[in-house]
Amino acid sequence: MEEIKGLQASRRAFMGLMAGGMATAIAVQPAKAKKIQTKARIVIIGAGAAGTSLANRLVDRLEGAVITILDPSAEHLYQPGLTLVAAGLKPARYTQSQTSEWLPKDVTLITEGAAAVDAVAKTVSTTGGKVISYDFLVVAPGLVLDHDAIEGFSLDLVGRNGIGALYAGPEYAAKTWEAASKFTEEGGVGLFTRPGTEMKCAGAPLKHTFLIEDIATRTAGKGKHEMHYASNDNGLFGVPIVSEKVRMLFHARGITPHYSHVLKSVDATRKLATFATPAGDAELEYDYLHVIPPQRAPEFVRQSGLSWADKWTDQGWVEVDMKTLRHLRFPDVFALGDVAGVPKGKTAASVKWQVPVVEDHLIAAIEGREGSAVYNGYTSCPLITRVGRAMLVEFDYNNNLTPSFPGVIAPLEELWISWLMKEVALKATYNAMLRGKA
Amino acid sequence: MEQLTFETMIAVFEEIFGGLLFWAMVAVAVIVTLAYFYVLIRDRSMSMRKFLLAQLSMPFGAVAAVAFVMVITDSQLRDIGGPIDLIVLLGIAVVGAVGTAILVYTAQSLFRSARQS
Repeated sequence: MEEIKGLQASRRAFMGLMAGGMATAIAVQPAKAKKIQTKARIVIIGAGAAGTSLANRLVDRLEGAVITILDPSAEHLYQPGLTLVAAGLKPARYTQSQTSEWLPKDVTLITEGAAAVDAVAKTVSTTGGKVISYDFLVVAPGLVLDHDAIEGFSLDLVGRNGIGALYAGPEYAAKTWEAASKFTEEGGVGLFTRPGTEMKCAGAPLKHTFLIEDIATRTAGKGKHEMHYASNDNGLFGVPIVSEKVRMLFHARGITPHYSHVLKSVDATRKLATFATPAGDAELEYDYLHVIPPQRAPEFVRQSGLSWADKWTDQGWVEVDMKTLRHLRFPDVFALGDVAGVPKGKTAASVKWQVPVVEDHLIAAIEGREGSAVYNGYTSCPLITRVGRAMLVEFDYNNNLTPSFPGVIAPLEELWISWLMKEVALKATYNAMLRGKA
Repeated sequence: MEQLTFETMIAVFEEIFGGLLFWAMVAVAVIVTLAYFYVLIRDRSMSMRKFLLAQLSMPFGAVAAVAFVMVITDSQLRDIGGPIDLIVLLGIAVVGAVGTAILVYTAQSLFRSARQS
């Protein structure tokens, strides 16, 4: 009897310990700040990574604000997953979800694109003919892939004739793998390109090259593939120290770099790619060609006078302060993500750091004060170098490496843990960011 | 990463294993742990005989845990690239070994207690 009593006591103590632990876990959650009362009308153009994340954060901070978000696409894309889809590591659906499932209830989603912005009258016209007035505007529509700029190329070629184009979306990334896997099995000449414009995730062209080389060597064995990488300038990556590391890796892996080669046209029947180089046009043969087209701001951004007048004139990125992402001529306008006219910063990791900055300045403006948050250009690129290894490269505007885990995860070392982060931890972090929680 | 909250950690693990598998594993881990405490409290002592078999099972648990993580993450042993990778790998092995030891000890206690005590 005594024993049973003891047992019950222990059980009770154990349950008590569990309950206490749970209570502590709940209690240490950060306290919510009081919501700010406002009647501000906020329009967000684009429900991608940036627009969705900001909408969720604003709803948490503001009471009574009228938040409208514009996006013609019913589908939300987890774009960092496209490189994995194009290497046959994940299915296309890995990157797909519904735009509406990420948005808070208190936000109005209009499934139309923006047609024009009048930053003086403070209105946005939609493609469906609606005119929406705003007090604050956040421009985050992403960018446009200019496939037509490459002569002889069209998206219906992707997946056939040894042509891949993973940036074009989940279906095209899957088709890219169809073409690439054929190449890995049969061998031949692989030709990997990147555009001469600013681009989203400048690491992705390298990741695709490394992944296909790795899979090709594992599938058909060494010596059956000839790998070429065409870079738009004199480096292989925008950050010099990373560029040097990639140069060494290319050398070790037998990937031949071609500097200052920008893809101009494709002859799909003859399997011939033409590049613009400082010495005139150059032709290269291929069995597998990966095309990444020039990238520009959407037409409405350029037509509405929001772009830089003296920088990136062929691309039209929004003229914003690089630290606050606030428009330099229209203080009620901010830009986020791919469309923002700042050096670097066209990645989901940048968005994660940009969104709290815009949130700070926007809320400060509502309260009639100055914001203090600063975006330092942080970008992260888990640069995959093979299936199972990556380099966790993080850097800022000044090309400084800014490792999150200094001394633990070396940025220029090919590590399994960095691969784990890319393959398994990144999407979860991304989803948390969309919900405004990371 | 700017903030690493408990919520984010859960989301990360759900992503690694898939929601269903992750929560099933959590449930199994909780059940085994509770059963372990139950037999410890019930028996009021550790049986060294059972503990010996539990220890012998540890290497198998370690290897199984590493193999499981490798398969789930499209990785191979050749991907180990630096000290941190080795530490993570050993960590997984230790978790696998300890988990298996607890499982084996508990299973013996639950199913063989009647005969032995």
